Amino acid sequence: MDSVGHDHNHPRQSDDKIRFYYQILGQALKELLIEKRIISASEIQLAMEKREAATPANGAKVVARAWLDPKYRKRLFTDANLAVAEFGLELPTTRLVALENTPKIHNVVVCTLCSCYPRDLLGLPPAWYKNKAYRSRVVHEPREVLKEFGTLLPDDLEIRVHDSTADLRYLVVPMQPSGTDDLGEEVLRSLVTRDMMIGVALADRAG
Amino acid sequence: MRGPHDVGGLDFGPIDPEEYSLTFWELQIDAIRAVIGSKGIVSTHENRRTIEQFGHEIYDTLTYYERWTAALQRQMVDKGILTQDEIDKKVVQLRTRFHETGDLESF
Amino acid sequence: MVPLQFDPGDQVVVRGDFPIGHFRTPVYVRGCRGVVVRYLGHFENPETLAYCLQTNLFALFKVRFRQQDLWDEYTGSAVDTIDLDLYENWLERG
Repeated sequence: MDSVGHDHNHPRQSDDKIRFYYQILGQALKELLIEKRIISASEIQLAMEKREAATPANGAKVVARAWLDPKYRKRLFTDANLAVAEFGLELPTTRLVALENTPKIHNVVVCTLCSCYPRDLLGLPPAWYKNKAYRSRVVHEPREVLKEFGTLLPDDLEIRVHDSTADLRYLVVPMQPSGTDDLGEEVLRSLVTRDMMIGVALADRAG
Repeated sequence: MRGPHDVGGLDFGPIDPEEYSLTFWELQIDAIRAVIGSKGIVSTHENRRTIEQFGHEIYDTLTYYERWTAALQRQMVDKGILTQDEIDKKVVQLRTRFHETGDLESF
Repeated sequence: MVPLQFDPGDQVVVRGDFPIGHFRTPVYVRGCRGVVVRYLGHFENPETLAYCLQTNLFALFKVRFRQQDLWDEYTGSAVDTIDLDLYENWLERG
């Protein structure tokens, strides 16, 4: 909950009442919409299963392939939708863009206005990505924010923040850690984390 | 002149990096919103607009998926798909069910 | 097709306006000067979609800002930048 920075106080009990009311309201809306055949229980079920199936492992497959295969890498940065479709990831309503980290540029992604996120590649966003602390600060003090994630970057490395303000979704492709050239695709995938693909962490051998 | 959602450039303190698994209730709201969106009943743009119009106090008091739930209620009533009266009656019914069985799910 | 209003490399200024409604141009970037990186395509305008109104297609541009140009007391490095995707109706030649 985005309660940091509240300048007023209210009794704990009233918060509990609010939580309880919205639990009930959610269920009430679900039941009414099903009763009126606006949506069906199986459609909800299917949507939940689809969400569960999308995890950062999807993004990791794409990144590992980009590390291994220069031709795939080129396709990914030319048209990310086509490139991820090679893994069976179809994003009909999303325009995906892959951002290349290089020795000169480090990319980091935010949505200051809401919570835009490449869900098909990374699953649902973590709580911190949706909360106001990250959204408010990473655009004006990215180095401090990255430091809080344990990521320290030299001054001559350009930090490029991407605020997802429109219909495009961004996936950061981290630099391949040194000493991993001899590793196979499966092992490389295991080195790629969600936070690297948001841009708040660097890839390293430990993963 | 900022809406409650337009927070870029402000400072809401340190980032809480804690990993938090969504509850079944939250996943379900996410799914309902996805279905409502894919059927063209309420677009993502309209959903954002509804939430932004809550104003600062409500935006900050409600959790992420509570905001989505509140938005859904508002949109369903505004579009004439549900009435506030039938929502209120269903809420009463569910409160009773919860107090009797300790569970909200009936199916 | 109508020629695009901006080319990559063009200097632009984001409109410094504060209307009431649904806008995808964050307040922090309004009135600021940046450079067009590329044209991203034409999209339906969220400002009207949000109110279920008919929309024309608007050109969307990736615009890059130097962090030092956005914040009075930017503490990071002079090379740092920020990219936003902005619709043509918010951009003026600068």
